[in-house]
Formats: sequence, C-alpha cells, structure tokens
Amino acid sequence: MPEVLRIENLHKRYSVESTAVHALKGVNLVVHQGDFVALMGPSGSGKSTLLNVLGCLDRPTEGSYHLGGEDVSKMTDDQLSSIRSRYLGFIFQQYNLLPQYTVVENIEIPLIYQGVRLNADSRDRCIGLAELVGLGQRLDHRPMQLSGGQQQRVAIARSLVNRPQLILADEPTGNLDTKTSHEIMVMLSRLNASGKTIVMVTHENDIASWSRRIVRMRDGEVESDLPNTPEPIDFSGPPLPMHLLEEAA
Amino acid sequence: MDIFSITLVSSLVILLVFLATTDKGRRGLQLALRSLWLHKLRSFLSMLGIIIGTSAVIILMAFGEGSERDVLEDIKRLGTTNIIIRSVKPTDDANTNRRQMVATYGLTYQDLEILKTIPSITRLVPMRIFPQETRRGARAHNSRVVATVPRYAEVNELTLLDGRFIVEEDDERMNNVCVLGLETAKTLFPFEEALGSSVKLGEFVYVVVGLLAERMPTGGTGGSQAAEDFNQDIYIPLQTARGRFGERITMRAAGSRSAEKVDMHQITVTIEDVDKVRPTGEIVRAILSDPERHPRQDWALTVPLDRLELVERTKANIRQSLGIYASISLLVGGIGIMNVMLATVTERTREVGIRRALGARRSDITFQFLIETMVQTGIGGLLGVGFGVSYVFAHAALKALPMAAMLFQDGSPSPILHLPSITWSLSTAVGVGVIFGIYPALRAAYMDPIEALRHV
Ligand SMILES: Nc1ncnc2c1ncn2[C@@H]1O[C@H](COP(=O)(O)OP(=O)(O)OP(=O)(O)O)[C@@H](O)[C@H]1O
Ligand SMILES: [Mg+2]
Repeated sequence: MPEVLRIENLHKRYSVESTAVHALKGVNLVVHQGDFVALMGPSGSGKSTLLNVLGCLDRPTEGSYHLGGEDVSKMTDDQLSSIRSRYLGFIFQQYNLLPQYTVVENIEIPLIYQGVRLNADSRDRCIGLAELVGLGQRLDHRPMQLSGGQQQRVAIARSLVNRPQLILADEPTGNLDTKTSHEIMVMLSRLNASGKTIVMVTHENDIASWSRRIVRMRDGEVESDLPNTPEPIDFSGPPLPMHLLEEAA
Repeated sequence: MDIFSITLVSSLVILLVFLATTDKGRRGLQLALRSLWLHKLRSFLSMLGIIIGTSAVIILMAFGEGSERDVLEDIKRLGTTNIIIRSVKPTDDANTNRRQMVATYGLTYQDLEILKTIPSITRLVPMRIFPQETRRGARAHNSRVVATVPRYAEVNELTLLDGRFIVEEDDERMNNVCVLGLETAKTLFPFEEALGSSVKLGEFVYVVVGLLAERMPTGGTGGSQAAEDFNQDIYIPLQTARGRFGERITMRAAGSRSAEKVDMHQITVTIEDVDKVRPTGEIVRAILSDPERHPRQDWALTVPLDRLELVERTKANIRQSLGIYASISLLVGGIGIMNVMLATVTERTREVGIRRALGARRSDITFQFLIETMVQTGIGGLLGVGFGVSYVFAHAALKALPMAAMLFQDGSPSPILHLPSITWSLSTAVGVGVIFGIYPALRAAYMDPIEALRHV
C-alpha cells in the first residue's frame, strides 16, 4: 500500500510568556493508504497538536512532513489551504457545522473552497452523501434541529465530499453516548473498509478497538505503535456507493 | 462629472458586474445577505448612519439644485446678454425743489443718445414706469404703466395671448394704443372681449391692441433689483407717454403730493456677445459716472451675468460644505458599521476556524467579510437614496397642493432631484464599506485557525 503521509523527527514548540512548551518531541510516523490509526495517550501528551500538524492547520517547528509525496512543512498559508481542501477531511469533537446552513449546504462547504462550481451535479453528490450517512430525510434541516449523533453524521458526510486522501478525526465520539458512538464507529469502519485512510484521536479503549493500529503518545513522544485487530463488523445492508467516495478514474 | 465621481461610479459598476456574474461573487453576495438577514435589527441599526448620511446628501443637493434653478431662471428672464440700467432716487434730497416738491433725477434722453454710440450694444430699450389708475367704465385698476418701444417685446420674450405688441408706427405717431398684462385685463374686462375695446388712462382713452400671456415675476434678489410682477402692467408707446403725460409725473404717496421728473426709469441694453457684456458694462458705468452728467448717484446698473457667477460661486460653496457634511456623516456611519463588524467577526470566530479547516484561504475569509460590509453599506445607501428621493418628490408634491401652501415659506425653493448625487452617494457608501470593512475582514482572515476552532 502506498504511503499517505510520512512524518520524520517532528518537533512542535510553543512559547507562552517566555516559558517554552515542547508539545511534540521528535515524532516519527508513517501512515499507509487504507490505515485506520487510533491516536491515544494521556491528556496533554500532544495528540491534538500532532493531528493539527497532520491536518495542515499548524506547521511543525522542526522536522519534515510529507503528505501524498508533497513536502508540506515549507508551504505557504495559501498552499496549506489548498492542501486541506483537496487532500483532507476533518471530523471534530464539537461537530463544527455552520448553524446558518442546511444539512446539504454544510456538506457543500469544502467544494466552495476547492473552487468547484456548484451545480446540480455537485448538489446531487451532497445529497448522496447525506443519504449515505442516513440523513436523506433531513436535507433541509439546520444543525440546531439535529441530535448530536446526526450532526456528527453530517460532519462525516462533509469530510467525504472532496474525496480526501486522509480523514482526520479528533475525538469524534467525545460528545456522544455509547450507542451513538457505536453507530459513528460503524460508519467510520465501513468507510475504512472501502479504502479510506483515517487517523483518529481518542481517549477510550472501546473506540480505539475499532481501529487497525493504535499509536500511544506520552509527553510529546510516540510511546508505542501496535497493530490492532478490530472486531468483525456487521456489513449487512447495501454496499457503500463507491462513486461518491472515490475519484472517477 | 469630475474624475473622483467617475472613478467611484465605475468601480461600483465593476463591483456589481463582478458580484452578479461570477460564481464566487454571487455566492459571496448570497452569503452576505443571509448573515445580514439573520440579524435584521442589528444590520438595520448599523446601517442607520449610512442611511441618514446618503438621504441627507440627496435632500440637501436637491434643495441646492432647486434654489439654483430658481435663480438661474430669474437670470434667464433678465437675459444674460442684457445690462439693466435704472434710475434711482438719490437718498439725499438736497437738490429737490422743496416748494414745487419736484424731484429731478435719473437717466436722461441725453444718456440714451450716448449709449447708442457704443458699438457692442445691439439693442436699447428705454422705458418709463409709473403707477396710474386705469379705468374701464366703473371698473378701475391700479396698474403700472410701462411706456416703452416695440423691441421691449423681444428683450423680455413676451408671449401674446391675442393681438399685437406696440409697433414702430404707434411710437412715431403717438398712437393712443395699449397692451394689457394678464391681471390688468382680467380686472378691467372680467366679462367682455378686451381686444379692440378702450381703457382710460389719465385724461386719454387708449385702444387695447394686445393681450399678454402670464409672465413669471422676477425675484427681488439682486441689490437694486426689486421684485416685479408684470401681470399688473399696461404698456403704451414711449412717445405717446411723453406727449400725453409730459416729462413730469405726479404721484400720491402716503397722503402727501409729490412729483418727480424722470426722463427714463430704465434702459435695458442688449450686448451682441456674452463675452462683451462685462466690458460694455464697464463702459456704461464710466459714462454714467461722469460728474458732469450725473453729479449724484441717481442710477444703478444690474448685470444679470454677474449674478450667474455668484450662483456658480455659491454652488461651489454649497458643494464643499455638503462634501464635508457627507464625509462626516459617512465617517460616523462607517465607524458604526466597523464596530458592528468587529463584534460580528469575534462572534463568528469559530465559523472562520471551520471554514479555514475546510480549505478557505485567507483571501476567501477577507472577501466574505468585506462583501458583507459592502452589502451592508450598499443597502444602507440604497435605503438612504430611496428615502431621500421619496422625500424630494413628496416635498414637491405637497408644495403643489394649495391646502399645504401655508406649510412652506414664500419663495422657498422646491427641491429638484440632482441625479449625480445618487450615484455619488451610493458609491461613496459602498466605498465606506470597503474602507471600514477591510480591518475587521483582515482580522478575521489572520486569526489562527486552531485558536479560532477552539473559540466557544
Ligand atoms: N497554542 C498553544 N500554546 C501553548 N501551548 C500549547 C498550545 N497548544 C497546545 N499546547 C500545549 O501542548 C501540549 C499538548 O497539547 P495537546 O492539546 O496536543 O494535548 P492532547 O493530547 O490533545 O490533550 P487532550 O487529551 O486533553 O486533548 C499541552 O501541554 C498544551 O498545554
Ligand atoms: Mg486534544
């Protein structure tokens, strides 16, 4: 499997009022296509910091970061924006939908910043993704009218709309109950099974157990990096519509 | 239009075309309208400064335009190539023959002959003007008799309702003919046909040969120039007046009897070319200033063209103060909008973070907030224009109603819509949006996306 990302000797330092915080201390990580990585570790160990660097929202202080073969660590702000809009999908703990937009419009946002012309085709695609996450009946609802689990599904659909190489999720089930968490994880697992690469931060062993690989961090360093065998999931139901997930050949 | 407004207006047009035709522009516009609609009251309140500013500019410009038009029409009635010379009763009456109570002053026939020698003068219209009761049977009218020559009609661009004006022959033969102003005719002949009838003026009877259409009065704005209502006039040939009334005119004023000897009350002089009006005016002034001829200042010169220049200077002054006023009000409006936009940006910090994470560039964020401010000031400007224009029309309409006449001061100008002020104030409003929107927009764009995402 080809590499999606490669991080070598990555450092991140913050200086807060003359005291330096060393959030990442020489992290090395390679993620291959089709991986499902769970990033674990105690609070303050640098998980979110690492994920932000992976998501091109932050630049490393030191070290190199290659995403899809491109060296991202030296890119300008505009280039990083372009990388985010083409290669990456984000899922947040707080869902982060825009309250003034409907479900479909929220899913559309990444396309706007790709410079894609919004038309009937793109709209059909967004509706298809809403159906994929089980919200086909709620296309015109606003986030306020949806439950947390439903909002997170919209966020998942939104993270898929630009057919990303890599999906980044920071505690995607952190605000959800066990049952809803389970539904979300089934969805992510199915996406992974259909070829999507996912890096997910979580505190919970239950959630991490869905992944294929668990990376543990401590004090800004990778403590362990072990493969995991997820419990087999029930793939009953219709197959995922692959044309929505992958680039047309 | 000056360079400034051309630049403003053309950038406004380019902006509008961009917003309407490009995908990005349309989306930005839609987004902006949506966020504004989400907070209707707040948007309206923040626009208020702009609304008041633009409508005030439009209303004030309309009043400026209206009064300018009034004055210009006045000047046009007087004629821009004309010079008006009047006899003026001197204030010191030392030379008056007190026993006879006859005041002798003013322009003389000798003056007229000298003026005729000035080559740039193409037309001389002398007139004698005095009040005299006109009678028709039992009906009487306190008319103003104007004794003049046929060319008076050309100079004043008279319109005849019926009949003819005085002709050369009338003057030469001292015919007892007259032409009636509209009010004079109405008073003396309420029921009968006036043309061909006769009226009595002093001791003699005059045949009515013509009737004048209504004439707009001239305003009494310029110095020696008194307001004149021509509709009360009755016109007779100058030579007839000399023959019938003599050179001396007796008047009754406030119970006392006074008489004055004035050869001519007014001479309207027409110059062949506008460029020669002022030099000719100077020559005339020099001639009349000769102490041999006029030891006292018993004449006055009015050059309507001078008033035109005065109007232009006033206009420039009005423009300038309006400009200052508009700048201040738009500045205040702009600060209000900037304040609201800064609050909006803070409030939507998280939205900025989300958009940035999903691929928005800094320029996308800048554009989004900038468009929002511009749409806000643009709508504010449109509302202001709408209000201002409606006010102008409402004012004019109300003024036309007879019952509302008492609401308005006599002679107050009617506002006339000044079209450039619309485009000008509108583009300035949008320009204010750009100037005051750029800082909040950049502030949003340069937020750290991670911190923005963490914002509650
Ligand atoms: N913007 C920042 N400025 C200064 N220090 C920071 C900043 N962001 C993170 N840190 C520090 O970096 C370290 C790692 O933080 P990070 O948020 O990555 O932890 P985490 O593993 O995600 O923790 P949690 O599980 O609580 O989310 C912490 O010590 C934190 O205080
Ligand atoms: Mg974290």
